[in-house]
Amino acid sequence: MAENLEKAIREICELNGNDHTRMMDIVREVQQRFGRVSSEAMDFIADAVNSHRVEVESVVSFYSFLSEKQKGKFVIRLCNDVIDKMHGVDNVAQAFREELGIDFGESTPDGKFTLEWTACIGMCDQAPAALVNDKMITRLSTDSAREIIKSLKANGDENRLTHLLGDGNNANLLVNSMVNNNIREEGPVIFAKLDAGKALHKALAMSAVEVIKDVKTARLRGRGGAGFPTGMKWEFTRAAEGDEKVVICNADEGEPGTFKDRVVLTERPDLMFEGMTIAGYAIGAQTGVVYLRAEYAYLRAFLESVLADRRNNNLLGNNILGKEGFNFDIRIQMGAGAYICGEETALISSCEGLRGDPKNRPPFPAQKGYLANPTSVNNVETFCCVAQILDKGAGWFAEMGSTGSTGTKLLSISGDCTRPGVYELPFGILVGDMLEKAGAENPYAVQVGGPSGQLIGKADFQRTICYDDVATGGSVMIFNEDRNPLEIAHEFMEFFCEESCGYCTPCRAGNELIKERLEVIMKGEGTPEDLDYLEQLGKTVAVSSRCGLGQTSPNPVLSSLKNFRGEYEKLVKENKDGMQRTFDIHKALATGEELQGRKSVIYAD
Amino acid sequence: MSDKIKFTIDGVEVEATPGQTIMQAADEAGVYIPRLCAHKDLLPFGSCRVCTVMVNDRPQAACTQPVSAGMSVESETEEIRQIRVNLIEMLFVEGNHYCPFCEKSGNCELQALGYRLGMLAPKYPYMFNKHDVDASHPDIYIDHNRCILCARCVRSSKELDGKNVFQFVGRGIHKKVAFNSDTNLGATDVSVTDKAIENCPVGAILKKGVGYSVPIGKRMYDTQPIGSDIEARKATAK
Ligand SMILES: Cc1cc2nc3c(=O)[nH]c(=O)nc-3n(C[C@H](O)[C@H](O)[C@H](O)COP(=O)(O)O)c2cc1C
Ligand code: SF4
Ligand code: SF4
Ligand code: FES
Repeated sequence: MAENLEKAIREICELNGNDHTRMMDIVREVQQRFGRVSSEAMDFIADAVNSHRVEVESVVSFYSFLSEKQKGKFVIRLCNDVIDKMHGVDNVAQAFREELGIDFGESTPDGKFTLEWTACIGMCDQAPAALVNDKMITRLSTDSAREIIKSLKANGDENRLTHLLGDGNNANLLVNSMVNNNIREEGPVIFAKLDAGKALHKALAMSAVEVIKDVKTARLRGRGGAGFPTGMKWEFTRAAEGDEKVVICNADEGEPGTFKDRVVLTERPDLMFEGMTIAGYAIGAQTGVVYLRAEYAYLRAFLESVLADRRNNNLLGNNILGKEGFNFDIRIQMGAGAYICGEETALISSCEGLRGDPKNRPPFPAQKGYLANPTSVNNVETFCCVAQILDKGAGWFAEMGSTGSTGTKLLSISGDCTRPGVYELPFGILVGDMLEKAGAENPYAVQVGGPSGQLIGKADFQRTICYDDVATGGSVMIFNEDRNPLEIAHEFMEFFCEESCGYCTPCRAGNELIKERLEVIMKGEGTPEDLDYLEQLGKTVAVSSRCGLGQTSPNPVLSSLKNFRGEYEKLVKENKDGMQRTFDIHKALATGEELQGRKSVIYAD
Repeated sequence: MSDKIKFTIDGVEVEATPGQTIMQAADEAGVYIPRLCAHKDLLPFGSCRVCTVMVNDRPQAACTQPVSAGMSVESETEEIRQIRVNLIEMLFVEGNHYCPFCEKSGNCELQALGYRLGMLAPKYPYMFNKHDVDASHPDIYIDHNRCILCARCVRSSKELDGKNVFQFVGRGIHKKVAFNSDTNLGATDVSVTDKAIENCPVGAILKKGVGYSVPIGKRMYDTQPIGSDIEARKATAK
């Protein structure tokens, strides 16, 4: 076995050019073939790529889809997002437990199954959902959970799990998935038809500077959440010193409640690749990378085939569409389960074969990004907008939406509503109108922008969806009157604690402390002072964290404290006796007695 | 002279060379900005966030943020002091720090900063996280209970010792320092004379056999607060 492992690893490393910057591909492959990256494997890998074993261990231990510990042949990852919980995932989990005789985090003794929890996998509109290896299973019930296990035991093949296929390209043989698109409203940008190559053709007839000017005139802002002007980012990248430049498409889509990029990847991949190629031309790049989250691995073969078609049609490769000297190609880089890798500098670290730690800024990616080359990272949807802008004109685009936020926005709406799914709506739409479209049932609280966004209440339903008012990268989660804002905030704090990269103090330790105090309050042990405590703590984390994750991670608590303060006040009690509520004398005594190995004579009851 | 730029720290004008970080320029000017992960011989890292300052009203880490002409830096405000105290307290409750019987007491930068910033007992609850101790090496031991994840050991080993003994594994609250070996520290090529050992700011990496050669009370920060050496430069700069 040991020899086998060494030989296999040599081959895998060789296929990746023995290049340590391709570490993600190497360790992913080893994980897939051997069900783990063992300590021995780390030594072999380090040796082959001329790195150090602790560097390999550092990567393996960072990503939740990689492990040193042996995983079963079938890894079942059940999504424990707040939306899935609302849709009965706890019962589904219990069915899995019973059927397999193991708990989450464990593997069956025969090595066949591993059961794990995972954060949002982008299926909130068809929750509860799970991954069985790369296979996406949606709309789970206790019955279907039991059937899945029976089928896997009988057939030993996860590909035989899905009988009914989803709509659109989900039914394509290369996707072969039961996932549904649930496109509820098609708008004029993302869902408008555009023949492959048409926009690129127009772009190549212009100078690169003119292309950037068009994007600027359209006043396009990034769709990934931060809303940075795309044209400006491209201009910086183009102007930056460096022979090699890079275009990266951010398809990490990890913000809970966001699933719009999944639909774009399924239905509009040509539009996205076209936008990337236009970006390559505008910036002067030869390399394009799509960073695809591990959860969407089921889309990879399909995306590769679209890329192959584009190469065949000279929409990628050398002298694209006859344009002398314009060479550009795109590769897909798989992630391995880490929300932080959606943050652009962490994403770049990951592409370079490192832990997904964000980088210090400056230098910004536009100056020094992927392998120190000037790099523009843009969201899936942003690239789609670019292609349409080049085809239909900057003026056409700028007329839609609001002044500061032109165009349309893809929203992925889920939760307590009758029409969950993807909506392409003009920027500037009222929150209330959006809720009505989605068929929201007694909306009490709406989380806009995912956990890093805000939890808003009725008073804000007259506000508008746009960068300068209620901003969102696409996530909208609706909660009705039966839901508890504190529980929602707590779910999200758990998410951030789980996903913090751990680099900086406030995010690593501060989020744990926020979660702790929230739990104290939820148990009814909190005092009114705890609300100030949370606000102070939240502010410290937001102000001093190193990247966007920590800077926004207190938002669930801070925004629910602001908009649903009454819910907190209901639970806290004045501390009249001055005793520390969280201190449990009996528990402390038990610990003391255990350590000493004898019973207390003073506090004997 | 002409290539110098000017900016202000707490309203006082400071000169700097372009390319310097705020912290480097402040150090030269004799203005101490609290820090833990930063070290004069190492590349900036930006993990502890204790050096947080306001640059034109936006928070930045002074150890990584480059200077620019005319920038206005705020460091010694009550708001920032409170943030720094909070960060130090987070480090205290995240690890297990028993200062009174820690070998590093008096030479520890975390403890010294706590004193300098006027931190009393932490307002945050102790997490009592469980950590290991590795005493496998004949001359060195590492107590993860006191590690503040500043990466000075990681960086020193790479940047100064030309080795690769340390690296982080895990993420979030589970992040910890690991060694380049499949067993323990004793199986690496680390040596007691490595800068990685010397540069640990707290009592996490310690040399064996010398713990109390200088008695408590006569140690570095027992006699003067941390940062005094930098502030002494102000007198000479004038
Ligand atoms: C923790 C974190 C996660 C993020 N996740 C994503 C993501 O999944 N997709 C995305 O496009 N942008 C994400 N971003 C934003 C990116 O850092 C970056 O701003 C964006 O990809 C730029 O593209 P855009 O200008 O087209 O929006 C994330 C940011 C943070 C701080
Ligand atoms: S804020 Fe800090 S710990 Fe959190 S993800 Fe960013 S760099 Fe990592
Ligand atoms: S062992 Fe010391 S130097 Fe290394 S990270 Fe921990 S505190 Fe820093
Ligand atoms: S000294 Fe700047 S972040 Fe640690």
